[in-house]
Formats: sequence, C-alpha cells, structure tokens
Amino acid sequence: MITKGRIKLAYFLIIAVFAVICARLVQLQLFEGDRFRKLSEINRLKILSSPAPRGIIYDRNGVALVKNVPLYSVYIMLDQERKPNVPELASLLGVDSGEIESKLNRKENSPFVPVKLKQGVSFQEVARIEARRSDFPELFIQTEVGREYPFGKVGAHVIGYLGKMNQNQANMPEYSNLPPETMIGQWGIEALYDHHLRGIAGGRVIEVDALGREQRFVQDKPAVRGKDLTLSIDIGMQKAVEDAFGPKAGALVAFKPDTGEVLALESMPSFDPNKFIHGIKSEDWKDLMSDKRKPMLNRALQGQFPPGSTFKVVMVVAALEEGVVTPDTIINCSGGITSGKHTFGCWRKGGHGGVNLHRAIRESCDVYFYEVGKRLGVNNIHKYATALGLGRETGLGLQKERSGLIPNTEWKRTKRGGDWYLGETYNASIGQGYVAVTPIQLALMTATVANGGRVMQPTFIKDPAEIHVRSTVDLDPDTLRRVMAGMSAVVNEAGGTARVAASSIVKIGGKTGTAQVVSKHKQGGGERFMDHAWFVAVAPDDKPEVALAVFVEHGGHGGSAAAPIAKKAIEAYFINKKKATGGHQAAEQPVKAAVGHPEAIQGMEQEEDQD
Amino acid sequence: MFTIDRRLIKNFDWVTLLLIVTLTLIGILTIYSATRPVAGVSAHADFYVKQMVWLMLSLAALFIVTIFDYSWLQRIAWPLYGAGIILLIAVLFMGRSTMGAQRWLHFGFISFQPSEFFRIVFIIAFSSYLAGLGKDKEGNIPLKGIVIFGILPLVLLIKQPDLGTAIMLMSLFAIIAVTKGINRRIATAIIIVGLVALPFLGEIFWEGLKDYQKNRIVAFMDPQVDPSGIGYHITQSKITIGSGEFTGKGYLQGTQGPLRFLPEKHTDFIFAVFAEEWGFLGCIVLLSIYFTLFMRGLDTAVKAKDHIGRLVAIGITGMFFVYFVVNIGMTLGMMPVVGIPMPFFSYGGTSLLSNFIAAGILINIRMRRYELFY
Repeated sequence: MITKGRIKLAYFLIIAVFAVICARLVQLQLFEGDRFRKLSEINRLKILSSPAPRGIIYDRNGVALVKNVPLYSVYIMLDQERKPNVPELASLLGVDSGEIESKLNRKENSPFVPVKLKQGVSFQEVARIEARRSDFPELFIQTEVGREYPFGKVGAHVIGYLGKMNQNQANMPEYSNLPPETMIGQWGIEALYDHHLRGIAGGRVIEVDALGREQRFVQDKPAVRGKDLTLSIDIGMQKAVEDAFGPKAGALVAFKPDTGEVLALESMPSFDPNKFIHGIKSEDWKDLMSDKRKPMLNRALQGQFPPGSTFKVVMVVAALEEGVVTPDTIINCSGGITSGKHTFGCWRKGGHGGVNLHRAIRESCDVYFYEVGKRLGVNNIHKYATALGLGRETGLGLQKERSGLIPNTEWKRTKRGGDWYLGETYNASIGQGYVAVTPIQLALMTATVANGGRVMQPTFIKDPAEIHVRSTVDLDPDTLRRVMAGMSAVVNEAGGTARVAASSIVKIGGKTGTAQVVSKHKQGGGERFMDHAWFVAVAPDDKPEVALAVFVEHGGHGGSAAAPIAKKAIEAYFINKKKATGGHQAAEQPVKAAVGHPEAIQGMEQEEDQD
Repeated sequence: MFTIDRRLIKNFDWVTLLLIVTLTLIGILTIYSATRPVAGVSAHADFYVKQMVWLMLSLAALFIVTIFDYSWLQRIAWPLYGAGIILLIAVLFMGRSTMGAQRWLHFGFISFQPSEFFRIVFIIAFSSYLAGLGKDKEGNIPLKGIVIFGILPLVLLIKQPDLGTAIMLMSLFAIIAVTKGINRRIATAIIIVGLVALPFLGEIFWEGLKDYQKNRIVAFMDPQVDPSGIGYHITQSKITIGSGEFTGKGYLQGTQGPLRFLPEKHTDFIFAVFAEEWGFLGCIVLLSIYFTLFMRGLDTAVKAKDHIGRLVAIGITGMFFVYFVVNIGMTLGMMPVVGIPMPFFSYGGTSLLSNFIAAGILINIRMRRYELFY
C-alpha cells in the first residue's frame, strides 16, 4: 500500500529544494556579496563628524569680527524595535510633538542615519538632556560650527553669515565633499571666502550597535581649523558710518586709493546676521523679505542711480586732458542755457556770472559744465568716465553687481535707436539723464583720480598679494592737482557746496551731487520723491589715503545729507589709524607700485557730437 | 529485565546520531559567537551553556527512546494524542502569553511549549491511525480521521495563535497522507474544496491574525513598505548572509549579530550568523550535513519493516525538512517571516529535546528494520 515510488519522489523534492537554496546563497554571497559586505560595514560603523573650527575674520586693525561658538543639535538614532516616546521627547526638548512626529516619519529616513530633532540648543538644555540619557539612549548631541557676530548689523553686508547648506548647494561641486546640513557661508565674506575659512572636518569612527550605542572606538581624524582672514575694512569706520546714517537708507564705499582695498562698505538699512545662525525663524525671514526698505539689498553694489554733480569730477578730468578749457577759461553763467525748446538751468537760479574751473567745481556751476560737455562731446565724456572705472562692474565679487550706464552715441543708436542730441549731452554733463552708477563705481572713480589714474581691482583682503591694477589711464599730473584743489575748495573754501564736511582732524576734499528722482515739477510729494544725495570725498586732500562715495537714498541735497556722513567716516578712519599705530606716523607703509596687468586706455573712436 | 540484543547495538544508527550531534555542536559554537558581548560592557550571555546542558538531557532522552521497540508506540498512540489535545486546550486557558501569543505552560519551575511535543505525538498518532485502517479504506481517509487529525489541532493552534506549528501540522498531515496514499478522487475533492474555500479561508485567516502576523506577510510582499518593522529583519538577514561572501568573515568576526543589527540572532536567524562568519563554503558544508540527514531519514523509511515505521519515519524526516526549509527560506528572504527555529541548530531547549526524541524514534525504526525474534 505504501509505494516506494512516492518516497523516490521525495528524494527529488529534497534535491530540488537544496538546489534552490544553493542558488540563493550564490546570489546573496557571491554575486551580491560585495554590496552586502559594504552595507554591513556601514551598519557597523558610525562616523561622527567633528566640525572644524572656522577661521576668524579680522578687520584691518586686528579686531575680531566673528566669534566661533559651538552649536549643539539633538539627534536621534531610529530604533528598529522600539518607537520613542514622542510626548516625553517633546517635553524634554521643548518642541511640539507634531513636529517631532513628522521628523521621525519622514520618508527619506534611513535606519542608520540619525535624524536631527532640534538645532541650536543651549548649553543648559544639553545638560538636561544628558542627565536623562538613560531614559533616551537613542538621543545624542552633535556639536556643529556656529558663529556669533559681535558687531551685529555693522558691516553685516560685508561679513555676511553662516547657514545650513541647502539642497541646491549640496549638489554643487565646491560643496560636494561636505556632509548634509553643514553650516556654510551664505552671504558676504563668509560665503565668498567659505573655502578658505571652512577648514576640514574631522571624524571619529565608532563601532555602534543597532541603536547607535557606541561599542568600540575605531579611529580618530582630528579636524583641521580653517584659516583666518584679515580684511581691509576698518570696523570702527563701518560703525561710524552706521551711526552717521541713522535711520536713512543708502550706502558708503571707501577705498584705499593706492591699493584698491575696501576700507568700509556699508549698505543701509542693514540686518542682524546673528538671526541666521540657529536657522532663521520663518517670521524673521518674512519680515526681512517684506521690509519695504529692503535690508537684504546691497545698495553699494546693486543700487544704480544718476551720479548728479559728483560726475563733474569726470568732466573736469576730461576737459583738462582734452584741452577744451584751461584752468583760466572763463565761462559766463546766466542761470541757464537753451537748446531748442528746452532750457537747461543752473542750480543757482540767478547764475554764477563768469566762472573759471576752480570756482565751477567749488560751487558746482551747471552752466560751466554744460559748455564743457558741449565742447567735449558725449563720446569723450564716455571715454573718460569708463577709463576712470564707471559704467562697468568693479569685480569685487561679493555679490552680483550692477554695471551702471555711461552713454555714448553708439549706445544711443543701438539700444535706443536714435540720434544723440545736444540736450542729452547737457544732461550727461551734470550726471543726469542716462548716466547711472553704483556707489562702489563712484568710489572707485574717486580712488582712481586720487591715485593718479590707476583703476585698482577692489579687494577686501589686507594682503599685498591681493593688489592688482585693472587698468590705467594716462593723466597729466597737473590735471590731477587741479581736480584735487577743486575738491578741496568744495569743503574748505568759502562758497563751497560741502562746507559742513570740513574737519579739524584731516583736510578733506570732495564733490557733492544731487540726483533727481522725478522731474522738478513733481517734487514735494514726500520723502518718496526727494532727490538722492551723493558725496564723493578724498582725505587728506594732498595725498589721499581714503577715497569714498556716499549715497543717501531720498536724502535731498548732497552737501547737507551725504557730506556729513563722509566726514564722520573719514574722521573715524584717521582716529582708528592713530590708535592702531600707537600715534606713530608712517607705521603703515603705503603699498606702492601695485602689480598687475595695467592696460592702457584704449584709443576710442572719436565721433563728432551731433549738436 | 531488559535484554538488549547485541544485534540492536550493532544496528544502531550511529550516522544519524553523529549528524544531529554535529549540527547541535556547530549550533552551540554559533550561539556563542552571536551572543558574545562586543564592548566588554556586559557579561557573555549564557545561552551557549544552557544549550550544552539541553544537549546532555536530549542525548539521554534519545537513548531512552531507542531502548523500547517502536511498535509499542502504536499501543499508546491514542492516549498520547488525547493528552496532547488536552494540553493544547490547557494552554488556551492557563498559558502565559508572550508577544501576544499563548504558547507556554508552567508547572512550578518547569515551563514548556506543549506544541513542541505535540508535533511528535501527532506524527505517531496519525501514522498509527492510518496504518491501522483496513484494506477497504485503501486510498481513503474517513471523515473522522480528517476531523480528529486535521481540523481539531488546527483550530486549537490558530486560537493560540501558533501559526508556525499550525502550518507544520498541515504539512505533516499532507506528507503522511500522501505517503500512505490517497485516491485521486479524494485528492481532487480536497483540492477543489480548498480552492473554492481559499478566498473565504483567507478572509477568516487574515482577520484571525494578530497584527504582528499581518505585518510579517505585508513585509514579505514588499520589504520597503515598513523598513523599520519586520521588513527590517529580512533586509538585515540578507545583509548578514551576503556579507559573508565566499569564505566568510571568520569565526567570532561577525558583527551583525553581536552588534544587534540582526534580531533573534541566536534563535530564528542563527543561520545568518553562521553564514556571515563561515561564508559560502561553510554554508555548503552545513547544508551537506542537513542533506545527508534527510536522505538518511528517507532511507530509514524505505527500509522500515512495517507501515507504521515507514509512516512515522517519513513524518519525522518531513518535519525536520519542513522546519529547515521554512527557517532557511525566511532567513534567505525567500519566504515570509514565521518564527520557526532551525532544527538542532537554533537555541531553544524544548525544541532541541523534542527534536532529539524524534530523532531517537527515527533511529529506533532503523535499528529494528529487520524482523527480530526473541
């Protein structure tokens, strides 16, 4: 009744099953063994990164602008067998249970990558969590790089801030070897020199069990501290600028004319970089973004406005170099001139009478410069303006810069499709009409005039190796002497338009400017329609160490709104310098004979103005 | 009183004994490795010592079982089966529950799982019942037999619930019945009724499952659904086995078990720990031992002197084989996770003892394969 044939069948069944098992073993251990071996290594080892201390940023006088502070974050290692007690966890961390729940249940969570529950916990909280460690063995604290910015809003646009690396950045090649959520520079110098400041994170490799509990120490790679960075800026000067601006919006850029070093760069209003450290709160971010005064806009680089009468500095250089006037040429100002149907007035309604070059600069006579502009033609104006550094990006690199605009006939024909009119030359002559510059361009132009015609590559770094000349313009020393004398007169002589800028500490020279926001007849509609105020300045006026441009948004007149800010900034610089060098003169060697690749000004095609 | 025939000693099945003792010793070595402390913080768990003690007890039990002629089993089959059923019912009322299932009975300091022994009792009783059927019942199993050996124990085990043993008993029922021979009509009828009832059974079955059982089935269908739950076990088991590669990481060099990535490392997933340390080569050696054991069991069945011997031998060999396949299939990620140990290899005293008793019966049948006359 029991057939042995059935038992024979069982032999084959067993052989078949063993064949399947062996095939599976071949698949798992031989074909995929390599992958599983690696997975088991990851299983076993936890790499705790120990963050590298970031390099410290100093100002030119050795004042530390940033402070490294540890930033503690709480992580949880997901337990395979036991779900954490969320309400207790929530009360321990002071976080909403719903938030924890959502972090724990994120799709991308993996059993071996710890989940960050809270960033930026205080030292007291760390102590409290450690004390309850036995209740929450799966929690651990990770230290990350944090920064404190002791000067707060002062220089915030320059120094910038740190923030968590975002998804886009994680995909960029320069951040490819960084762990996710690393704190990296997101703005300003912190971002621009991130690589220099960052250092190399170290790591401790630890054997862990499935709950992430440390079992055995495997190896330690110490972190390499980031390099320090000494900036060319003077934080005291920045502070003075910040104070001088008060609630007004605007920008100031100050250069060391010899080197192109930025002494100060402020954009007002500013923001508090400390708010970004612990991950900016969404309401703070919304406030910053919706603020009508645009604190995150760097006006020094991205504000583009007509330069007004500060442009007359360019006009003087062009006029003397081209020989369309001599210093003694007298031009009669009757309060305005006409061109066709239009009348071009001088700011002084009654006119200045007969003015020479010196007085024209000092009193900013518009009619004198209308005449100069007419004699030069717009293409000559363009030639000198661009040679002195206007109408193109300065290449500071801090942020995207706007290029400004210096018009010529070629530009008018290709971009606007039309002939150039004399009236437009008149407008350009006093820095109005199409002419538009950024504060940093205007400061660079001033520095170029102050150093005798070298357009320097702007830099934030106090290091002779960072000094480069972008281009040079061949100027007659006499031309420069005349310009400087005129600028000095603006501040220091009776009748000058910026007498308020006269300082007892250092002899300042300058030129005021007022840029119309709307045409005259619409004015009087409140601050929104007030003119923008400009002031460019050098100090000392004989051998400038500082060249700057101040821009005050809707500030009104350049002499009254912008010049006092320049004066305070310059005075702060010289006071700080005296302090830093212990009162000894010449402790700071002026860096001469800057290296680089000077390129002579290109001979431009001369085109006759179509007057 | 007892005179043991010298021919019996001569015919003693030393091969089977050697195979199962070897498996148990390799098992103890692997248990030692799997439960060793890693950071030196805690003491070495004493599972391997306990297992050695159980091995001694089991060997003693095995020898006792081989003394009596197995034909004696036929006489106690019914009372044994009755006692087994009573114990299963007792578990339902008095059992202590662990992990949502009642499986353990406690008598003072002794606690054991009746279902571990019930499977042997079942084999003996069902074989004995079938062997005793008259010629007229050739190829036929009366309804009474189906109810008593098919439905009754199944209901009791699902009620516990002990899914593993339930599946085991169903398999044994089928193996023994097929070996005995059932006619085509009955086989077809069972298959048709089974197919029709399957959706309903599935429904009732699914609803009757505990949550953790449902999870296991879901996780097997798609391990990614629940990476932190049961699918995690499958994934980790595959990592553990695969990382052994060709020659293994070496004894006491495995990390998955001691570091607690692998759950149930010394019981249900012990094969994975072995595979990690000994690699593909070690696995082939281990599989060869099991293969020889099953072949030997079939050979015993073929050579058995009577029907009951043959059926019991097939039942016990089949039981070892099903345990082996379900366990290794689960460990290799080819079958759902069912908490079934690897016979002789996994840690577990009751299981080891009952397997040794079963092996003892197998040896008993083989050593008495010739008609002996006293």
